Parts: sequence; structure tokens; C-alpha cells
Amino acid sequence: MKRDEVPQYRNRVLAGARKAVYAVDENGEIGAVASTGWEVEEIVTTLALDDFRLHADEALARARRAETSPLEYHMYAQRMDLPTLAQSVGLQRWRVRRHLRSRTFARLSPALLRRYAEALGISVDALRRLPGQ
Amino acid sequence: MQVEGYQHRHAGHCESGVMSALLSHQGLELSEPLAFGLSSALVFAHFPFVRVGGVPLTSYRMPPGHIIKGLERSLGVRITRRRYRDPARGMRELDELLDAGRPVGLQTSVYWLPYFPPDMRFHFNAHNLIIFGREGDDYLVSDPVVEHPQRIARADLEKARFVRGPFAPRGLIYFPTDVPQSVDLTHAVPRAIRRTLNINTRLPLPVVGLPAIRRMAKTLREMPRRHPDPRYQRLYVGSIVRMQEEIGTGGGGFRFIQGAFLQQAGHALGDERLHAAAEAMIAAGDQWRQFALRGARLVKAKQPTAQGFAELADELLACAEVERKAFEALRSTL
Repeated sequence: MKRDEVPQYRNRVLAGARKAVYAVDENGEIGAVASTGWEVEEIVTTLALDDFRLHADEALARARRAETSPLEYHMYAQRMDLPTLAQSVGLQRWRVRRHLRSRTFARLSPALLRRYAEALGISVDALRRLPGQ
Repeated sequence: MQVEGYQHRHAGHCESGVMSALLSHQGLELSEPLAFGLSSALVFAHFPFVRVGGVPLTSYRMPPGHIIKGLERSLGVRITRRRYRDPARGMRELDELLDAGRPVGLQTSVYWLPYFPPDMRFHFNAHNLIIFGREGDDYLVSDPVVEHPQRIARADLEKARFVRGPFAPRGLIYFPTDVPQSVDLTHAVPRAIRRTLNINTRLPLPVVGLPAIRRMAKTLREMPRRHPDPRYQRLYVGSIVRMQEEIGTGGGGFRFIQGAFLQQAGHALGDERLHAAAEAMIAAGDQWRQFALRGARLVKAKQPTAQGFAELADELLACAEVERKAFEALRSTL
């Protein structure tokens, strides 16, 4: 990539930040250039974010019908999936999967609730509620 | 309080950026590309059986910690590493090191760094940065992938250092102790190149190096038949491209950084063959960017076509081909 080919696309996910990318200048020297991003990066990062959002929206709809727990919604809302959440709280996956069910979740001990809340970076109170409740 | 004489440097990748800044601060001037190349960090790896976010793990560089370890080996520096069970102790020892005038490397989780752009915050726990001072309850952060120094509140830093989960940092801090005042590149460069070649062309595993690229091309070609779900297809391709371009790579899946390394080594050693290898490596980076562009187009379509996957697979085979040539050029420098 030549220096003048370095994309300056104002990638929205970078929110104005610039990253360093390496490119070749007119003398053939390779060095770092600040870039506002590339369209390609915006597309693939947005895709990853949208996937979390989609999961969160689906979980929210089901949680409102009491078909799943608020925990499942908050997991996706904080950009986690089941394996990540399980590792973050230090529990086996099958236990976390059980805790995602609304009836099991309602009976969780305060200690476990605190661990989930801490891993997700929200308060216990927020963990038990859904947005808008 | 700020460590005297510390210079922030903007880098393409966090680990090579941190090592470049820390070693340079201690009197061993080392550019980011040299830190990357001398530690033999370049690779292509694709693990169909290791899933991250439901899709296979793809990486364009060696795993976290490899650059630090690789530099110990090739430069003969010693890096002191400390991990903590007790967060309070981990914070206290960081303070002590800062008070003693030492900039310190830390492993952190990107998700919990408030100065990161919100859309870039994912649960990746092996992000490297430097703390080079403290003012009241704020720490001064020199994050290599961020253009300018930042600040972070004590509570936020503690959270980012002590999260659990994959690659849990466990409060890791590190700093170079025995730092030689110069590097003998005549020995270090060929050794590093030989190692890069061994990793990428000689491992008998189809998950690393050229065979892995070709195998991934085959997976892409068969994707429409094997995994008809468009949501999975888009996530799969999106993740490959994201690891290559977006996740601290300095562009072109680290091939441009490796090219810069070869060029700088060529200047230092006055070796034309290294310059030729640098050019071949840049060509590889350019081809990878073509692949990324085509991948992004495919992802943008709600319903990727079989034709689209076939073209993407061809583009990837072209990557394998330029990369093979780049490694051949590398071999001819030995």
C-alpha cells in the first residue's frame, strides 16, 4: 500500500480516532501513517456489533414474555456470549445455561447474582430488570 | 507524577508497540517493526475447532505474549513479569514502580477501557498498554494503538486488569530489566527470519501457515453447501476480515509491519536481498487487502451467493501464492 492509498474514510466505529497503518512513501520507505479508517473495517465491525444487538433484541423480546431471564438479555447487551460469560464468572457452561432460564434465575442466590453483575459491569438491581422496567 | 523522558509512540499493534516504547525508553532504540520482526510474530493460523463468538478463530500473528518472549530470546533482554491474585496488591505494586520512575507494561481488557471508541470495545482480554504516570486518582496511559496519551481512572484500570474470562490478564504487569545498549542485527535478523519460515512453512499442521490458508479457501468454497445459514456465513467471513484489518494489525494482516521490519533490517545490514523480501512482503499485504475488500462486499450482501464464495476463495488462493513467494524471498536472504 502506498502512502496516498491509505484510506481516510472516517470509519464511524472509530469515532474520530486514528489508527497507525504501515504504507510505502514516495522514496520506497515503509512507515506508519495515521488513518481515520477504511470502509471494510467499518463493515465488518458493524456486522459483529449488529450480531450482538440482534441476539440482545431477541432475548429481550423473549424475556418480556418470561420465556428467558433478564440475564440472557444483559449477556448479549454487554457483548458476551455463553462461553465468555461462563469464563468471566468462573462457572461451568451448563450451569450458566441453566441460570439463563427465567425460573432458575429468579431463585439465584445473592452471591451468584453479584458475580454475574460484576462480570457484566452492571448493578445487581439492573441485572434483575429489563430496560424500561 | 509522570515518568521523566517517556515518549508516547503511535503503533500498528499493541504488543509490538509496547515493547518498542519500553525498550526505547530504557536506551535500546527499537522501532515497532523491529520488535515485531525480531520476535518472529508473523503467522497465519485458522483453527476450525476453536470457536470465538461461534465462528472459528483466525489469527495473523502469534498468540499474546509471543512478542515479549520472542524479544527476550532474540535481544537477550530480561523482562520481569508479575501477576496478582489480589487486585489491591496489584495496584499498589504498580504505584510503587511508577514512583520509582518506571513506565510499566500491562495486560488489560479492551472492553473496560473507557477511552476506547465504544464500538471498538469487545471482550478481548490480552490488550497491552503502558502506564507512565499518575495524577491524583488518574493514571496516564500510553496505549500504542491510540494516537495520543490518555487518562484512566483507578477503578477503571483495576477492572480492566482483573477481569476473568479467556486470556484473563490476572493483573499482569511487565517491564524490561537487563537491557543491552545495542543489538547485533547480523545474528538476530537471520535467526528471527528462520524462525518465521519454520512456523509458516514447515509445521506439519494444516492450521498454521500456507497449508492453513489453502484449507480456509476450500472451506470458503464449500460454505454455501455446508453452511447454508446466511447469518453464519456472514459472521464467518466478517470475523476473518476483522482479525486481519481491524484488530490492531497495522493493516494487511501484519504483512506491512513485517515488510517494514525487513526493510529496516536491509538498511542496517546493507543487504539487497532483505529489500527484495520486504517488497514481496508488501505485495502479500496488498493481496490480503484485496481479499478483505472482497470479503467485506460479500458480507454486505444479505444473502451471499455461491459465486461470491468461489471468487473469495480464489482471492484467498492468490494470497497463499503471494505469501509463498514472500517466504521464498525470505529464505533466499539466509
